[in-house]
Amino acid sequence: MAVELKMPALSPTMEEGTLAKWLVKEGDSVSPGDILAEIETDKATMEFEAIDEGTVGKIMVAEGTENVAVGTVIAMLSGEDDDVSDAAAASPAKATADVAGEGKDVGREPSEAELTRPVRAEPKADPDIPHGTNMASVTVREALRDAMAEEMRRDERVFVMGEEVAEYQGAYKVTQGLLDEFGPKRVIDTPITEYGFAGIGTGAAMGGLRPIVEFMTFNFAMQAIDHIINSAAKTNYMSGGQMRCPIVFRGPNGAASRVGAQHSQNYGPWYASVPGLIVIAPYDASDAKGLMKAAIRCEDPVVFLENELVYGRSFELPELDDHVLPIGKARIVREGTDVTIVSYSIGVGLSLEAAEQLAEQGIEAEVIDLRTLRPLDTRAVLDSLAKTNRVIVAEEGWPTCSIASEIVALCMEEGFDHLDAPVLRVCNEDVPLPYAANLEKLALLDSARIVAAAKRVCYAD
Amino acid sequence: MAKPARTRKAAATPDTGPDKGPTDPDFELHSLQAAHVESPRFDASDEQLMGFYEQMLLIRRFEEKAGQLYGLGLIGGFCHLYIGQEAVAVGLQSALSEGKDSVITGYRDHGHMLAYGIDPNVIMAELTGRQAGISKGKGGSMHMFSTEHKFYGGHGIVGAQVALGGGLALAHKYNEDGGLCLAYFGDGAANQGQVYETFNMAALWNLPIVFVIENNGYAMGTAVKRSSAETEFYRRGTAFRIPGMDVNGMDVLEVRAAAELAFAHVREGKGPVLMELNTYRYRGHSMSDPAKYRSREEVQEQRDHNDPIERLKKELIERGKSEDDIKAIDKAIRARVAQAADFAENSPEPEPFELYTDVLVESY
Repeated sequence: MAVELKMPALSPTMEEGTLAKWLVKEGDSVSPGDILAEIETDKATMEFEAIDEGTVGKIMVAEGTENVAVGTVIAMLSGEDDDVSDAAAASPAKATADVAGEGKDVGREPSEAELTRPVRAEPKADPDIPHGTNMASVTVREALRDAMAEEMRRDERVFVMGEEVAEYQGAYKVTQGLLDEFGPKRVIDTPITEYGFAGIGTGAAMGGLRPIVEFMTFNFAMQAIDHIINSAAKTNYMSGGQMRCPIVFRGPNGAASRVGAQHSQNYGPWYASVPGLIVIAPYDASDAKGLMKAAIRCEDPVVFLENELVYGRSFELPELDDHVLPIGKARIVREGTDVTIVSYSIGVGLSLEAAEQLAEQGIEAEVIDLRTLRPLDTRAVLDSLAKTNRVIVAEEGWPTCSIASEIVALCMEEGFDHLDAPVLRVCNEDVPLPYAANLEKLALLDSARIVAAAKRVCYAD
Repeated sequence: MAKPARTRKAAATPDTGPDKGPTDPDFELHSLQAAHVESPRFDASDEQLMGFYEQMLLIRRFEEKAGQLYGLGLIGGFCHLYIGQEAVAVGLQSALSEGKDSVITGYRDHGHMLAYGIDPNVIMAELTGRQAGISKGKGGSMHMFSTEHKFYGGHGIVGAQVALGGGLALAHKYNEDGGLCLAYFGDGAANQGQVYETFNMAALWNLPIVFVIENNGYAMGTAVKRSSAETEFYRRGTAFRIPGMDVNGMDVLEVRAAAELAFAHVREGKGPVLMELNTYRYRGHSMSDPAKYRSREEVQEQRDHNDPIERLKKELIERGKSEDDIKAIDKAIRARVAQAADFAENSPEPEPFELYTDVLVESY
């Protein structure tokens, strides 16, 4: 059977090329791998090899021809028993179609693709706490430890790995006591090799285990961010749903106290921008415990952002056998009618302080703790906006491309008609965090700034 | 010329002098290699030999067809062909315990899938980006997986699969399932930092893993000697006390023999092994590689004198197979590949709604 030899596409972007030179002539016998011609692409001169065995029939495109479209028949190749002579001249094939839709501005109209997007179900509400449940005062540190221990008792596949998690009992004592209860098989001290052990943890999750990978701080996870994003977050999608990666990456995030620029950064916005990840950043002990347990049970990869300055704070925590909270659900931590303060992590504490100060001045602020940064509970924010008509976002982190920026965009796109004032971002200063005590204080979010912003949007200055 | 695909290096022998026995503290580091040199080729039955031949030929013809479909614009993006390296995947994977052991590799992954006997239709359909592809058309050439076969991909970040493979090995050990992980990477990936982070932890924790460096002579277009201070890659585990093996990756029987030694070592609980498989890639790094960094003669030399498929064909004929028998196999494989190409070309593209599926497993 005669085979049409077509102008090949020799790079991802090639649409046409120059047939620079024929290295065979009509009647030549060729074997697979023989070079037939040289073709100049948009990038380089490439060799065009024979795939099949046969005899070169009619050469349709002479050497030196420029702008030969990909797919054009350039020669005929006959098989073993074919008659070469009747290889009819085929009409040049059409070039492959242009990529459609490139650079199209969709504005506020949903794109064709967006129309296929499933409607997100309402996030589940927090379970009711039965009347008479005893409330214990527990630190965030203890709550996180208890969550991990309970899940390790419940599921043999759960294990913890990271630097100093075992014999040292945790650099910030979050894993205290776990080695004693679960032994070195399930509480694994790693060398100081974040990229390597994040990859090993991710591979173990792909292999069916449920790793909790502790980063001593999320600043060090930058060495490992490739595995968090490229390996953990994307593989389920790239495999068409075959590959699972149920892993929790956890550790302290954000500024601590006078530890300088390299140890003081909030990565919430970084991870929250990545499809395929769940990002949780709780504030109090009850949320820390309930969401950590949910994160460990979750089939998806979770980035769980804690805060060193909050570890030692005590909060009321319901004494329940199994305290699990829904991922993706924000919580109104203080009700109010005049202005909404959206926050998460350590910012929630500062927002509550600010709300007290505002109340003294006659302004009732509603404080929303996002708790989960991805997927974001947009309904909670928009409902509160509809009620107060004013929103500010308090975030211990840089303002540029922040969670605050995201909330501003959300309010503009979906809550514009309810806004009585611009949405303001109340964030850290846009500088690396300085060491000097006075400069550090100047750089970081505080309640005074939140109060000032709230008053500004209430036109109460 | 690059070092690949020589039969055996002189460098492999001085480590294994006659006086060095099990009392030598470094014995383990070279004992596998010594055993391999002692008996380098697997004693295959006629049936096994024919099986290897068919598998390698299927990979070659499949890859040639993939190159052709790329030329026609039916395959897009990056496409890395395995032509020339067939003996590596076939020799190693034939020695695995299927269903128990796991495999992970980089982006040059078509051959490893085919060596598992996975249906060529769904592999080719993935290359053409169709719904019937093994990743529903959402992964492409570089991202194919078959958890059913414990084949974990298909990874595009150079070296990432090594750490991930360490994790698969950790899971084998944790679950005490008796399996091992075979983690492939190239001579280029062998210079990545995370490879050595993984070597350290794998040796420290005695993980059941076989690291396989497929040394095809070039990291994309950079020859080994221009990118690597130590070009004898099998030695690179020495600092972590991981024994190394230097294997001719152009002879499937040598690969299989070496694999048996390495796997037995790992299964005995002795920790990781590092195998260097010396091979050669006939085609460019990817489809858009003009291959100006090496001469045509160099490639031709390998094709003419070192081809793994030709070598086996000769062996089959020596054992009494007729030219006609071999031609019949060739014809059947061509037909199989043509059928896969038809399937891949005529299968529908993914439905638009697939855009939003498989981002997350659960809904929140």
